[in-house]
Amino acid sequence: MKDLSSNNKSIVDGPSRVDGKHKVTGKARYAAEHPIDGMLYGVLVDSTIAKGTIASIDSKAAEWAPGVKAVISHLNSPKIPGYDDKFYGLKVFFNNKVLFYGQPVALVVADSFERALHAATLVKVTYNKDKSETSVDKNLANAKLPGNPRMKDYVRGEADAYKKAEVSLEEEYLMPLEVHNPMELHAIIAHWLADDKVKVYDKTQGIKDTQESISKTFKLPQENVQVIAEYVGGGFGSALRTWPHEIAALLGAKKTGRPVKLVLNRMQMFTMVGYRPYTRMKMGLGATKDGKLTGITHEATAQTSRYEEFTEATVNMSKFMYKCANANTRYRLVQMDVSVPTWMRGPGEATGSFALECAMDELAYKLDLDPLEFRMKNYAEVDPENGKPFSSKHLDEAYKLGAEKIGWYDRNRKPASMKEDGMLVGYGMSSGTFGAFRWEATASARINADGTLVVQSAVSDCGPGTATSMVQIASESFGIDASKTSFILGDSALPPGPTQGGSGTTSALGSAVFDTCLALKKQLHEIAAAEQDSPLYQSKFEDVKFEDGDILLSRSKKVAITDLLKKKNVPSIAVTLESKGNEELQKYSMYSFSVHFAKVHVHPLTGVVRVVQVATVADSGKIISEKTAAGQMIGGVTGGIGMALTEEGVFDDRFGKFINNNLADYHVPVHADVPHIDTIFINKPDPIINPMGAKGMGEIALIGFAAAIANAVYHATGKRIRELPITPDKVMGAEV
Amino acid sequence: MKPEDTSNEKPHRHIKHTERRDFLKKSSLLTAISLAPGSLIKAAEAELDEKFASALEQLPLSIEVNGKMQQVNVEPRVTLLDFLREQLQLTGTKKGCDHGQCGACTVHVDGKRVNSCLSLAVMHQGKKITTIEGLANGDELHPMQEAFIKHDGFQCGYCTPGQIMSAVACINEGHANSKDEIREFMSGNICRCGAYPNIVDAIADVKNGGQKA
Repeated sequence: MKDLSSNNKSIVDGPSRVDGKHKVTGKARYAAEHPIDGMLYGVLVDSTIAKGTIASIDSKAAEWAPGVKAVISHLNSPKIPGYDDKFYGLKVFFNNKVLFYGQPVALVVADSFERALHAATLVKVTYNKDKSETSVDKNLANAKLPGNPRMKDYVRGEADAYKKAEVSLEEEYLMPLEVHNPMELHAIIAHWLADDKVKVYDKTQGIKDTQESISKTFKLPQENVQVIAEYVGGGFGSALRTWPHEIAALLGAKKTGRPVKLVLNRMQMFTMVGYRPYTRMKMGLGATKDGKLTGITHEATAQTSRYEEFTEATVNMSKFMYKCANANTRYRLVQMDVSVPTWMRGPGEATGSFALECAMDELAYKLDLDPLEFRMKNYAEVDPENGKPFSSKHLDEAYKLGAEKIGWYDRNRKPASMKEDGMLVGYGMSSGTFGAFRWEATASARINADGTLVVQSAVSDCGPGTATSMVQIASESFGIDASKTSFILGDSALPPGPTQGGSGTTSALGSAVFDTCLALKKQLHEIAAAEQDSPLYQSKFEDVKFEDGDILLSRSKKVAITDLLKKKNVPSIAVTLESKGNEELQKYSMYSFSVHFAKVHVHPLTGVVRVVQVATVADSGKIISEKTAAGQMIGGVTGGIGMALTEEGVFDDRFGKFINNNLADYHVPVHADVPHIDTIFINKPDPIINPMGAKGMGEIALIGFAAAIANAVYHATGKRIRELPITPDKVMGAEV
Repeated sequence: MKPEDTSNEKPHRHIKHTERRDFLKKSSLLTAISLAPGSLIKAAEAELDEKFASALEQLPLSIEVNGKMQQVNVEPRVTLLDFLREQLQLTGTKKGCDHGQCGACTVHVDGKRVNSCLSLAVMHQGKKITTIEGLANGDELHPMQEAFIKHDGFQCGYCTPGQIMSAVACINEGHANSKDEIREFMSGNICRCGAYPNIVDAIADVKNGGQKA
């Protein structure tokens, strides 16, 4: 059957994930899946108003219900020493203030999940309700410059220069509220081992961050907080910080003196662990008649909470993506009676790129230029924001490869000109970018007498395949077969690893693994070179190679590492090393880039949009693991399909509450929404950023993609939809 | 709660709701008379109260899970999902929404795929349940598990057990004759990491390899 043939050769042929077997057999244990004797279950009671105060809490019925061990609210909560004036964020069970709908106001702890769930319904809370504001659109007049000094207005050359341009465009774009919704519900098991010592099994993307956050909140020595996160069932940013429910579980465990498991329900995933903020944007673009950009203006107004400010780099991409002498940005926030937003995959840039990349498409049509040609006419060879060279940039090659794959030049560029199988056909493209970083990280590497290499670091993996990549880096760096190499993660007691966010894990941790393996090699060689009867006696490190567990000076002069350890009578030799970038990095602008091409079908009567073909290209330096990298790109595109066509968190502003806070009403893409996706890698090492030459790709996989779909819908229909998601009603209602 | 051997007991003791209500009423009356704080009273009578309540609230259940007969007592309100995860410690079956909207909890009941969060454990008296833990033959993985690894049909792995259980059933139902058909009949299983194309490739591969029902 031809239709069933498998066609992604690089995925099939490459080395598989090192944790794959655990994941397909159910052996992988996520946060809530660690059995502990005497475990209790916590269920949160959420506020049913968006703003006001708690008038009373009657917990008697709940306390007397079978199996209930404690009901905790602001009335009886153990004091949290870290909830001082400096604490930033929601203080759980701290006072009677209600700051958003769904705020945790009480915790019921019982000896079974069912008993806790039932007792939670018996807690009666009354409120003094104030009028709440949750509509950004109705409160645009209250938009303010953020307190964050990095978010001030930016001007290069002349502000609003687009207004004087020969050809110009000014349009508004909307990114609705999006929710991460990883498949694993946020969960924690809190277990106090002593009054000042706690162990948690937690869903977190940052093991050391969570350790630090808990130790600060409860004023504990950091080493008295152990955080375990061996498997994390997706995050996309939602597990980048410590949330109130985690503190609530710690309180429940403290109060009852027993381990407490707390798992959020899907509705709480919309209100308690952040979201991508609703953002209104205005783009102004100006160009000469022959297509040279003369002005870029990007304005954004986003929602945040009243109790904590959240900002993201929404307008940054417009400062450096294209060569243009005049560029300016303005970023504003509206405080709402909502929970605080947080970083969500491609934070800032995913929102901003939608406006910029749609506007580029619109202006290209105004100029009668191919959108790809228009981009190439304004290609930035150096960073327009600071004049620095890029550490590496092959975006031009990415454009070319993507265009070839999708058949870009075979299309008729005229809008609403193509049809097949009764459907309107459209092609669209866009590009994306995200900063590439190299943070500091520490890893340890241990070579054992049996010839196996064990590398460790306190990092968690929410899905990209960190252990798989690290095994590949370690085995290549050390010159040993991957089957003899393992990577241990998921425990704060290990050497401090980076937080898995900002597409920075492979760069930071990979460098630490690379450098640590190098140091271990040097140490082993030093031992061998000091042995008088060794064939490597007095050899130089520069002259030897490490291959298949041997140290070689030449084919005949070599020492097996296992023999070396036996001779020295040691079970293993280990090195722990911190690794970070040098000052050289400051001389460069470091970014990853992506290009997305999409083909859509639009139903001429119903306006339903189907994505039928995608080619996505990553320029993110050297690819460490092609199999997992392809997965990242495919996943980013899938998220982008949701952003473009279906995802939108909707509030009923009368009550300040979500009305689609579940997976039946908040539409994430399903199998039927996602076609075959071609992933292409430039795979050229970045010579500057780190020893591997690898840059991040988690964010760029998504950034820009929604614009490719919006541009394809325009090409198919002649209709510009500037407010996401592009639902059938918008397609039908729009004018050509 | 640990599973108990109740094989000598008669199945389905019928408990009248009034008995439980009477008990609670009496219990509450006693505590009210004492005029002491709820927590103190509870500490005093906790053990008896809880054991009694627990005995009244549970029903015996005979259920075969991954080839092993389980004779247990379970509250009627316990879902098959929570029963598997919390009482049998079979945590391979995942909770993603608890509302039948995501498919992460998919298991086989007498060979058919079922959202275990949408059915109560006590509804499966005498039935055969297969979870992800029961799919492999010892150390030998099921072809679908092998195919998911080969095609990288997952990232975080949380939806994976549900996808695999659903995928095996999808082929057995005869709903894997084209990639479009696979997409349609797998759409009840959400993967937020977005591994869909690889999952479809894995299923197609197994189908081509002639999976046996």
